[in-house]
Amino acid sequence: MNFATARELLEYCDKEKKKISEAMFIRETEDLEQSPEETSAKMRRAYSIMKQAIERAQKEEIYGMGGMIGGESRLLNALRENGKNICGPLVSKAIAYAMGVLEVNASMGLIVAAPTAGSSGVIPGVLRALQEEMDFTDEQIIQALYTAAAVGYLITRNATTAGAEGGCQAEVGSASAMAAAAVVELMGGAPVQCLDAAVFALTNILGLVCDPVGGLVEIPCQNRNAMGASNALISAEIALSGIHSVTPLDEAITIMYNVGRSLPSALRETARGGMATSPSACEACKVKWKLPS
Amino acid sequence: MNDISIFDIIGPNMIGPSSSHTAGALRIAHLAGKLVRGKITRAVFTLYGSFAWTYHGHGTDRALVGGILGFGTDDERIRDSFALAKEAGIDFRFVENKTEKDVHPNTVDIHLETDTGYSVDLRGESIGGGNALIRRLNGIDVELTGAYPTLIIKHIDAKGVLAYITTMCSGIDLNIAFMKVYRESKGKNAYTIIETDSPINPSIISALECHESILAASIVPAI
Repeated sequence: MNFATARELLEYCDKEKKKISEAMFIRETEDLEQSPEETSAKMRRAYSIMKQAIERAQKEEIYGMGGMIGGESRLLNALRENGKNICGPLVSKAIAYAMGVLEVNASMGLIVAAPTAGSSGVIPGVLRALQEEMDFTDEQIIQALYTAAAVGYLITRNATTAGAEGGCQAEVGSASAMAAAAVVELMGGAPVQCLDAAVFALTNILGLVCDPVGGLVEIPCQNRNAMGASNALISAEIALSGIHSVTPLDEAITIMYNVGRSLPSALRETARGGMATSPSACEACKVKWKLPS
Repeated sequence: MNDISIFDIIGPNMIGPSSSHTAGALRIAHLAGKLVRGKITRAVFTLYGSFAWTYHGHGTDRALVGGILGFGTDDERIRDSFALAKEAGIDFRFVENKTEKDVHPNTVDIHLETDTGYSVDLRGESIGGGNALIRRLNGIDVELTGAYPTLIIKHIDAKGVLAYITTMCSGIDLNIAFMKVYRESKGKNAYTIIETDSPINPSIISALECHESILAASIVPAI
């Protein structure tokens, strides 16, 4: 069993009465001939690394190599613990955790690129916060990671998840779409609702540019991971209410790809446009950086 | 790209901050480290393009040194690779080349020397998503990803060498996935690069090196 498009995936799920996570696992073990035990073990390891990264950012003082980020996750946790947060516990936790993973990443710590290092906070942030707030088991969360992987696979196969090719919408946008689909499956939504949530997440941030200050994965990447996490939860809630996307995921993916390719090169990870041109941010960057002419 | 795995999406597990500047750089250096014999004593890394401008902030430098120490992309010792390399007696340095324009933006040239007098020069490109491509090996243009278990054979471009190599491969029951030959010019030095689906039995090295036209053979495990 293999699928190249969201349409084929949905047809399979409908016909075989499978969840998206199950379809993705079957594709990996049957079509790609990977051992089921090894596949499960690898996914458990991935989630364990995600949780460890969140925990490290809560407990340790860590700083990015560029010196522009560090400690943000702890500040957000303190705000929530003091009852001063405005987002509600789920979103507050999701953004704090997502930003924490980016701190670990920027400090040369261990993370799971999901789908990329620059967007590695979104999925762990969303799923860990949901687990804590809704009492999901590790097994349930790990199962939902296959749903996230299915959406990421469709985007990788039919478009791109690279900021250099598609801008931030391809990195954080993809991570957000992957997380949204995973949340919908966890909350009992149907396969079509998972993919609708992915469409909402992807299209909400269509056109977002990739403009890292100093070329480093710190500013504005860390905040954008928080945005990607909250966008995933918003999109999941919209889909779970029964609101249906007129645009199917296959079209949304093509649209995202076309928008990405029409972005000027200065706004695709070259650090020559957008936030990367903020004189104050460049000043704050410890790494000597000169804008290429 | 029909065989994209779940763990190409939820993965790789890696030391941050950037798959192309950290994991990809490490893969290039890791491969270089596997090509030399003996203990590495000296390493020179020449960085081009984006690598030359941002290597320090991205930890590209520590990843390169971690690579020659044989670390994987998820090894937390990468952060401390400078101290570990000094302990191991490796003299390493970085050269920034910000003027050369005719290269991939994430390119590094690596020169390694060992205590046995062995040396290797290669050029690698970090092509995105933590993937690497070796473009030049000891002055010969090649294409090598390191994603598969790989057999790298340096030989003289002579009749019968390839037949001998493939016979040796079937002798250890090795299925060849991809095989390419690159040569300096007719009758001169050449490299045959064989990528396989399964790990390579080390016994093939001595068998290959018996042949008078084969100068050296190395196995590079997949990373």
